[in-house]
Amino acid sequence: MKASNELWKESLAGKIPEQLVEEIETFEVEMQLRSQCKVDEKVFAETRLRRGVYGQRYDNGRRHDGTESKQLGYSNQKQTKGPDTVWDAPGMQRIKIPYGGLNPEQLELLAELAEEYSDGIAHITTRQDVQLHYIHVENTPAIMRRLASVGITTREACGNSVRNVTGCPFAGICRDEAFDVTPYAHALTQFLLGHPDAQNFGRKFKPTFSGCAQHSCGLTAMHDLGFTAAIREVDGEKQRGFKMYVGGGLGAVPRQAKLFDEFVIPEEILPLSQAMAKVFGKHGEKKIRSRARLKFMIEKMGMEQFKQKVLEEREKLEHDPCWTDYLENIDSWQEVPLHPAGETLPENGDPRFNQWRSENLRQQRQEGYVTATVTLPLGDMAPYQMRGLAEIVRQFTNGTVRSTVEQNLVIRWVSNDDVPALYEALGAIGLNEPGASCITDIVACPGTDTCKLGISSSRGLAAELRNRLERKGFELDEAIRNLHIKISGCFNSCGQHHVCDIGFYGANRTVKGFKVPHFQVVLGGQWEENAGSYGLPIVAIPSKRVPDALERITDLFVRTREADEAFTKFVGRIGKAKIRQILEDLTEELPEPEAEPTFYADWGDPRQYSIGDIGKGECAGEVVTQYEFEMAGAERMIFGAQVSLENGNPPQAGEEAYAAMLRSAKALVQIQYDDVTNDAEEIVEEFKERYFDTEIFLDPFAGPKFANYLFAAYDAFSVGAVEHTSESAHHFVEEAQLFVEAVHTCYNRIRSEPGILSNGTSAR
Amino acid sequence: MELQHVNVKIYVEGELRIDLEQLIEVFHRWVSQQTTEELLIDVADYRHVPAGPSIVLVGHEADYALDHADDRCGLVYNRKAVVEGSNTDRLKQALRAAIAACKQLESEVDRPADLRFSRQEFEVIINDRVLAPNSESAYSDCRQEVEAMLQSFCGDTGCSFQRHSEDPRCRLGVVVKTSQPIDFTSVA
Repeated sequence: MKASNELWKESLAGKIPEQLVEEIETFEVEMQLRSQCKVDEKVFAETRLRRGVYGQRYDNGRRHDGTESKQLGYSNQKQTKGPDTVWDAPGMQRIKIPYGGLNPEQLELLAELAEEYSDGIAHITTRQDVQLHYIHVENTPAIMRRLASVGITTREACGNSVRNVTGCPFAGICRDEAFDVTPYAHALTQFLLGHPDAQNFGRKFKPTFSGCAQHSCGLTAMHDLGFTAAIREVDGEKQRGFKMYVGGGLGAVPRQAKLFDEFVIPEEILPLSQAMAKVFGKHGEKKIRSRARLKFMIEKMGMEQFKQKVLEEREKLEHDPCWTDYLENIDSWQEVPLHPAGETLPENGDPRFNQWRSENLRQQRQEGYVTATVTLPLGDMAPYQMRGLAEIVRQFTNGTVRSTVEQNLVIRWVSNDDVPALYEALGAIGLNEPGASCITDIVACPGTDTCKLGISSSRGLAAELRNRLERKGFELDEAIRNLHIKISGCFNSCGQHHVCDIGFYGANRTVKGFKVPHFQVVLGGQWEENAGSYGLPIVAIPSKRVPDALERITDLFVRTREADEAFTKFVGRIGKAKIRQILEDLTEELPEPEAEPTFYADWGDPRQYSIGDIGKGECAGEVVTQYEFEMAGAERMIFGAQVSLENGNPPQAGEEAYAAMLRSAKALVQIQYDDVTNDAEEIVEEFKERYFDTEIFLDPFAGPKFANYLFAAYDAFSVGAVEHTSESAHHFVEEAQLFVEAVHTCYNRIRSEPGILSNGTSAR
Repeated sequence: MELQHVNVKIYVEGELRIDLEQLIEVFHRWVSQQTTEELLIDVADYRHVPAGPSIVLVGHEADYALDHADDRCGLVYNRKAVVEGSNTDRLKQALRAAIAACKQLESEVDRPADLRFSRQEFEVIINDRVLAPNSESAYSDCRQEVEAMLQSFCGDTGCSFQRHSEDPRCRLGVVVKTSQPIDFTSVA
């Protein structure tokens, strides 16, 4: 743990928005409570996930060294931050970057964090986030504070929540887009962040925005909620809107998103998203995690019924000004260039420059400007590169840079005249590699490097394939230069292996009594048209033979391709059986382990391969009910009340204790009535009607005593602030604590006697 | 100024002539055998990042890396956990740990001549911007601390010092050249 964590709190005081300060302090209290075992480890796991604090491989305190699984000797093996997750074990911090939008200050801050808390690398993910690995949980509040000081939150970066709202990195400058989707993506991000109607999901919920239908930048087809910009004419006037898609997703059971509405006007995208979140929260699966994504709910319910429910919810929603306020300032999102538009794009005699120019630059809609893609091998960047890039972005643009779903960065608004200087400047920090969105620009999830679910080394394989393809350089046939390769370490598809020309995902097989890392070869997927179709696995190849497999597939394509046939079409014409046939021998007869031990190890990892380190993933979050979450909040408030008492602030202690009572009462009410608001009067009335009058809440020994504590508190507080002395506050905090305990007892009774609720009978 | 989270980078002498693949194996072995004072956890491979950390041996209290920052290869010891005592104690602890790792690495490669670390040149970096901002005055303080530490560490009074970077965004760092080679074998 860093010595400076508290110092950051002091030095950033007043520099962070109040709401973020409060959220981070709340998280610190939750950490403190967990360290005292006052919060269940499962609840804390979901709490930290919703702050982007994620688990990492070996965090169960064990590591397989190839021959046996060994205990890692943490001094405190018993303290946990989740089920089977050691407190001291390093984890990953995911940092949400809405629609990939970054500015130079944020890049510089991310560089500092990578240096000071991580292993000296920042990683761009396939959903435009940034991830830092090997982070100690106790450093995360300081990290969050520093991020908040440059306008970044990690809230809901993981867990069963609305994840990063992704968006086309070329929005606003693309020649093919209907219009700039940035302000809409920003509005949805802000609106759903922490929204009460989006807190009760059984799994994650991923939204995206795309500016057009034909490209892949937004990947609308593989998201829970996807918006594709569209224009229609009404009475001769052009009107903006969105094609709205729902229920897409990859993972082990991929589904293409389905059209929800052909044209949604901008005024309706937020309320419809809110209604959808409510329906998902109410009707989504909560117990079976593998069936809890929206795609399964829609499948089970049917699109018509789902749509009907969403529209019904929409009708019921009370108007919220946030739905449309942002539309008044939509034009203010227009970015402006730093330098005047340039003339024609320069060329020179350097073939590498010309290759970079043709592969990494893209003409903007605005004449005289280009975007430059910075290719990041495996999505990784060193801090000096990030600082250098921040300078470059300042030097050539007005600070406009975005991350992409291909794990790269895009510098926007570069004047054509600046291109040679930009190339030189990028070269000075090792960032002018050509090959953006080409076959060498391989996308890979973290795989066995850091992911608890990884089966094979996706990054190891990606690095190997990249090296081999780059060595071929100019020899690569033009036909294959633009193919897309994507690799996942397991079937869960974080590397998006379904939506590319040639995908791979990790698998394992037993050969000669030994485990051997393999990759399934996935063909038939489509990257364009926003991930227009999904590929299927055709055969599992031993990891060390995957480069040979790739070579055979690409050779066959080059030799037998018809005219300008696209790879997807070629696969369809040739047939997967034929392609499998040319790979068949690669699956056979591995050499003996003694003769060729490398076959029995993975790429970049000399240990004898094993699957002994695979753990329980946290992608799915923990199945934590809304009740458990609310109660964790109530416990935190009680704790806060005690701290306020200690600090000599009885009025504050009284208010916190009362808030804890209301929150725990609400937790019970929500079991029966999901729509209960935070209004004290409503909570108390609903609690009285559902639990007190029905005698469900009555304590077997104390009778109505604990419920009466709540009613008395409500009576007192509803007529104004209560002036507590130190002594009265002390009593009141005790009463609140007893009430919270009684709620727990009541809940346990409900769980053990499910008939109680429907019968409305007393537990006595 | 409290100098916590001290990093020490000891440069490789001359050209690095070993295949880094070999070092990955060595680091994995260190994890398996838990050869250092710190709890070792994992090995991260960043050879694909130009002038990056290359190969990182991740530990609980500290990381080790064969790093290529500034296009100069060297072994980095990155202290993550707090070290009690004075600044001299903390600087010494990091330098000792870095030297111990260098010694061990030199002894583990197939051909010792292929990997030799400098005995006279290293960097000290304070990996904490709020404790040690990269300012002129902080550099001056830090330099004095490093000088004092070296006097008690190896009795060297003729060292030369240079500020690692004047860019305030970079971490505070001192590049040290000792007047006499440090005898690695005498460092416990």
